[in-house]
This record gives sequence, C-alpha cells and structure tokens, in this order.
Amino acid sequence: MIPELGQFSLILALNLCILLSLFPLVGAVKGDVFLMGLARPLTVGVFVFVGLAYLALTVTFATDDFSVLYVAEHSNTLLPDRYKLTAVWGGHEGSFLLWIFMLSGWMLAVARFSRSVPLDFLARVLSILGMLCVGYLLFLLATSNPFDRVVPLAPLDGSDLNSALQDFGFIVHPPTLYMGYVGFSVVFAFAMAALLNGRLDSAWARWCRPWANVAWAILTLGLCLGSWWAYYELGWGGWWAWDPVENPPLITWLLGTALVHSLAVSEKRGAFKSWTVMLAILAFAGSLLGTFITRSGLLTSIHAFASDPERGIFILGILVLSVGGGLLLYAVRSPLLKGGVGFHLSSREMFLLTNNVLLVVAAASVLLGTLFPMVFQALTGKLISIGPPYFNAIFVPLMIPLVFFMAVGPISMWKSTSIPFMIARLSKVGILSLALGIGLPLLLTLEFDLWSIVGVSFALWVSLSMINDFGKKIRNKSNLLEGVRSLQPSYYGMQLAHIGVAIMVVGIALTSAYSIEKSVLLQNGESTALGSFDFEIGDVRTFSGPNFSGQEVVISVFKDNSFVTELLPQRRVYIASGTPSTEMAIDAGFLRDLFVTLGDQKENGAWSMTLYVKPFVRWIWLGALFMVLGGLISAADKRYRYLQRAVEEKKANYETHHPDRLVDVGV
Amino acid sequence: MKAHRRNRLGLILFISLGLSVTIGLTLYALSQNINMFFTPTQVAQGEVKPGQAFRIGGMVKEGSLMRNESDLAVKFTTTDFISDVPIAYNESLGILPDLFREGQGIVAEGSVDSFGVFQATKVLAKHDENYMSPEVKAAMDAAKLLQAEGSSFSNKGYVE
Repeated sequence: MIPELGQFSLILALNLCILLSLFPLVGAVKGDVFLMGLARPLTVGVFVFVGLAYLALTVTFATDDFSVLYVAEHSNTLLPDRYKLTAVWGGHEGSFLLWIFMLSGWMLAVARFSRSVPLDFLARVLSILGMLCVGYLLFLLATSNPFDRVVPLAPLDGSDLNSALQDFGFIVHPPTLYMGYVGFSVVFAFAMAALLNGRLDSAWARWCRPWANVAWAILTLGLCLGSWWAYYELGWGGWWAWDPVENPPLITWLLGTALVHSLAVSEKRGAFKSWTVMLAILAFAGSLLGTFITRSGLLTSIHAFASDPERGIFILGILVLSVGGGLLLYAVRSPLLKGGVGFHLSSREMFLLTNNVLLVVAAASVLLGTLFPMVFQALTGKLISIGPPYFNAIFVPLMIPLVFFMAVGPISMWKSTSIPFMIARLSKVGILSLALGIGLPLLLTLEFDLWSIVGVSFALWVSLSMINDFGKKIRNKSNLLEGVRSLQPSYYGMQLAHIGVAIMVVGIALTSAYSIEKSVLLQNGESTALGSFDFEIGDVRTFSGPNFSGQEVVISVFKDNSFVTELLPQRRVYIASGTPSTEMAIDAGFLRDLFVTLGDQKENGAWSMTLYVKPFVRWIWLGALFMVLGGLISAADKRYRYLQRAVEEKKANYETHHPDRLVDVGV
Repeated sequence: MKAHRRNRLGLILFISLGLSVTIGLTLYALSQNINMFFTPTQVAQGEVKPGQAFRIGGMVKEGSLMRNESDLAVKFTTTDFISDVPIAYNESLGILPDLFREGQGIVAEGSVDSFGVFQATKVLAKHDENYMSPEVKAAMDAAKLLQAEGSSFSNKGYVE
C-alpha cells in the first residue's frame, strides 16, 4: 500500500511540475499576475509530493517490505536502523529520488526566501526549475522506479546494503554532495531567467550571489566529507584518487568557485556579466555530467551504479536538452547584454579574471583526463586509463599562480591599482613567508623538501597578507571591537575561505612530502619501526557486531619507548552477504595520523598489514571546513536581506519603469 | 592605437599565450600517462612486448590463488575463460584490497617478464559484488564472442 502511495505521489508531483514549468512562464511573458502567482503554490505542491514519495520509500525500508525490488536489493532484516533509514540512497533509484527531493527543497527555498525578487523574475526561475524537475521525474518513473514490486515471489529477506557503504560516511556524504550539486541548478535557473527577460544587472547578481555561495559551500562540504570517508574507509591511506567519478564534482567545484568570484565582479562593478552566465551554465553542466557518469555505467569506480545503457541515454538526453537549451539561449540573448565598464590591466577585476581563467583551465584539464579514455575507446576500440600523474602534473602548476594571486587580489582595488603600491604592501609579507616557509618545515622535520617549502610559503603568503589587510582596515578605528564590527560579513567570509585554502595547502604539501608507509608480516609480540614510531603486535580478539562478526588485532604504538596509543584494526564478515571487509584503525591527531590496515592471517598466526604515518593530513579537511564556513558567512551578509524600505523603494522604482507589471513584495 | 585597445590587445595576447602553453603541456602530460589495457587472450597471443607497462583485467581463476606463508608474495592466475595469464604480486607494495577473491574480477597494473609472468605493481578489485568493471566485462564479452564464432580475435571485436 505505502509503495503505491509513494508512486502515486511521484506521478502527482510530475503533473504539478508540468504545470509549474508552463503557467508561471506564460504568465511572466504575458504579464499575467495570476499565472505568475501560481509559481509559489505549485512549488510547495511539488515539494510536498516529492517529499511524500521520499517518506514512503523510507517507510518501506523501515518496515522491511522486501516485496519492493529496490528494498530487497539494498536492505536486510539484520541491517541496523540508521542504515535502513539511509539505505534509501544506497542504490541508483533511491539516490535519484533523493536528488529530486533535494531539488524540490531548493525550489521551496527559492520560493520562500526570494521576497525581494520581482514576481515575474521569480516565476521564470521556478518555471525553469520545474522543467528540470519534469525531466528528472520522467527519468525516475520511466527507467528507474524505486517502488517496483516483485510479486508474487517476494524474497523473505533482502540481499543487504553493500558492506562498503555501512558507515557514518554513507549517512552524511551523499546527501551533502547532492545538495551542493543541485544547488547549482538554482544558479542556472537564475541565469536562464535573466537571459529570458534580458535583465542582467547588479541587482540580478545580488539575488543570485547568496544562492551560488550556499551551493558552493555545501558542495565543498560534500567533497570534504567524501575525501575524509574515502581516507578512512577504503584503506589505501589516500584522500584523493583522481577517480573518474571524483572528478566531476571537482570540475563542478572549480567552475563554481570561478562563478562565485565572477558574480562578485558582476555585483560590484557590473562587469563580466555574460561570462558569469556562461559559468552558471557550465557549473550546472558539470553537476549533470557527474550524474551521467555515475549512472550510465561508463566507468569503473566504487561510485558507479549497476550499469544500464538505457538510463545513460536518458540522462544524456536531459543533459543535452538542458545544457544545450541554456547555451542556445545564451547564444541568442547574450549579445543583448551590454559590456561592462572598463578596467586597467592591474586592477581587482584583472586579478579576478586571472583567477577565473586558472580555475576554468584547471576544470577543463581535469575534464579532458576524465573523458579522454571514453573518447579514445569509442574511436579506437582500445581501453585505456589516465593515471593520477597526469592530473598532478596539470593541477599543481595551475594552483600555484592561483594561490599567489589569492594574496594579491583581496588587497587590490577595483578599476585600477598601481603596481608599486602593491609591491610596497606585499614585499614584507613575501619575504617573511619565504623565510618562515623554509624555516618551519626544516625545524619541524629536519628534512629538506622542495614541495613542503613551496606549500608552507604560499600558505603563509595568503594568511599573512590577509592578516596585514585586516590590520590596515581596522587601524583607524578607535578600538579593536569597533574595528571588527566595522567590517562586513562578506569580508570575513572571504577571509575565512582564503585562510581555509592556505590551511588545506599546508595539509596537502606536508602530507604528500612526509607520509611514510610500509607493508609487513608480523606475529604476536613482534614489533616494527616506522619513522619515529614503534608498532607492537598484541593479541587477536574475536567479536560480533549487529550484522557481522570478525577479529581485531591489538597494536600498541610507542614513541621513544613511551606508550602513544592502541590501534584496533578489524576484519569483518557480513552475515547476510558473506562479504569480508576490513576496518582500518586510525589514531587521528592535529599534527599526524597513525593508520593501520589489516591483510590476512598466515598459518603460523602472523598477520599481513600496512602501517602509515601521515603528518598534517587533517589540515586538508580543516581547510575545507573553513571554506564552508566562509561561504556561508558571506551568503548571510545583510545586503542580501533587503530591509522592507528598500523593497518598497524597489517596488516603486520598478512600477514606474514597468507600469504594466506588478511586483511581489512578499508580505 | 587607443590606450584601451592596446590594453585589450595585450590582454588577449596574454590569455592566448597562456592558453596555448597550458594546452601544450596538458596534451604532453596526457600522452605520458596513458595506461593501455589488454585482455588475457591478447597477452597470451603476444600482443604485448615484455617490459611494456599496461593493465590487464579478468577473473581470478578458482583454485589459483597462492600466498606464501613466510613472506608477502602472492601468485594467482587471471583468466577470460579462453587464455590464462599468471600474475605475481608482492603485498609489500600494499595489502590486496578487501574484495580480492577467487572468482572475482580484477584489474592489475604492471608488465610481463621474459617468462610470460605478469609482474603486478598494483592490483585493483571491484568494490561492489553486483558490478563488473567495464574492462573486465569487455574481456569476458570478447572471450564469449570468440567462442561463439570460433574466429580469430580482433581488437574491435570486444566493443559492444
């Protein structure tokens, strides 16, 4: 009964979406306030019915209804409750339902929090999001219905959730990543709506910016959680693998980062408008490409869902229609966009343009490496793969100038900045960064490593320049508190995000330079040294969990003969599927992680295992968290939350220019 | 030429120069990092020169997995059910992944030595028991096609 209700809700949502994609848009073109006014209630309806369908699938999982094929394939009576509730996104069908649910959530948020946006504009935005939703819902209902039943031969028990997914990371990573991904659809819809009504000004950039910032921040969090999960779950001690399915979110992130910066120029200076729109289309295309790659079965990856060419073609269709439509609209309408104001070669605009070029080139080269094997196979029939050395060789040289300009951009001025002025402001910072960049890693490790010097110097270059700028900005205030208050949240957001990059750069540089590992065969009582640590093997314990049983090895770690910690790596066997799985043991620390993964046990009782010491690896995710916080704080800047007076002024202003249209002030 | 035109020209030159250098370096890096993939049948037919680095994919043959008791050396045979290729690996390069088992699909990186043994530097196992990697699937499909037609194997044969 409940699955049928879920299915019914989806069909209702589809119908509401069709109405949403037509009526408000027609209303906006004709200036019909009633039709435009339908946008909000229809959006609420879509959210409610998609939400009900999502709830129905969750209830089906919670009640172990294995007559539903999707539940039978991804759950089991023994599965702990927290995974039963989240196994909804453990496979293709349910995760796509989550994707649609997230989109409807963003749509609801747009309907609710865009009170300062004129009604005809909002109607267009919601109609465009409605069109996307129609495509997604058709795809779900036609090719991947999560509510399909297996009757009358329903299995007695399910075949269990993939054991690699039974982890906290699975609960948090997919929803966060999807939410970030889907957020770029909102920015895309804003760009399309602006192209449709030909109104692309600073006000547009101001409406768009908080959405872009929030989507970017959530995508950053999603990537960070994914990297952290892969690090502790997959057991190879890495935090990024250049896996073909990791790459599309990174491409989207790079384009999104470019977009966030370009929007700043569009808002403050009215320049880069058509470039901003292009980036909005590209970032959205990146998010769809990610979906296409994971769901079409084109790639070998832990992320890939069971392959089905029919689904791949359907998503490719959605991608071509929406991105192609967007680009077509762009081609037709963008010549109407007036060029921005001029700027000097040495100006903040120029530095932000450099930032954009570097980010887009980085995104393009990651895309090239990701798609090249597929194109090559289609052309020659030969299977190839592109290894991480390609990505490292391309990515690192592009990031170095990016980080260099990260200190220059924020202190430069709009329109024109004199180069001697910049040199005067940054020369001390530069010398200090280089001196500390060489000195600190040497003091810490007594080892000379070029990349760690480069990493630490550039990180200091960014942070010291930020601190210097902050000091300059508050110097003329009577006291520190007043100075701190005088600066806008968007300034603090920018500072935090940039310092986040600096922290991440330190983490990446030091963990790449100083990580050590070794694989050994050890018996009870034996010990081995790795770096300054001694790992001693103790007893083996057997234990059983809710849906698995296993063994754990007690490993004591010593440094200079004093006890540091006890590590307990495990080997588990999941009862339902019989799948073996290893759980590594990690002792996490601010300055270093100790990490052990277990292999198998030999006849004489010895265990094979890999031991790792990974300095500063936590800084990578710490930096990402700073970026997330920075993105959210700048989105919360109060200039995006109009005062009632400003709305009234806007209304009066708008109505004098467009006497035939009414504006919604959302009271 | 007016000042702003000169600025714009400089900008365009700067960007196109940067872009061409980037594209050149990118393509060079790409060409240096292509890993070719071959099936066991292709390897058995001698399509790969000894010492040439490539990836091989297939099933771990039932009953072929041998682990040394005294060290971390591992030997097994990979098969596409037509030809077998012996693979040698040492777990001191990294413990084999969770799902490495007999009857499972794997992809290994390395090269063939003068005795015809594939010396692996890295072994990847698929992570979902319901999912077969495209490489392994291609190897299996090619083998099926060959058995069905009884004809000689060609490179193009295994693309669906």
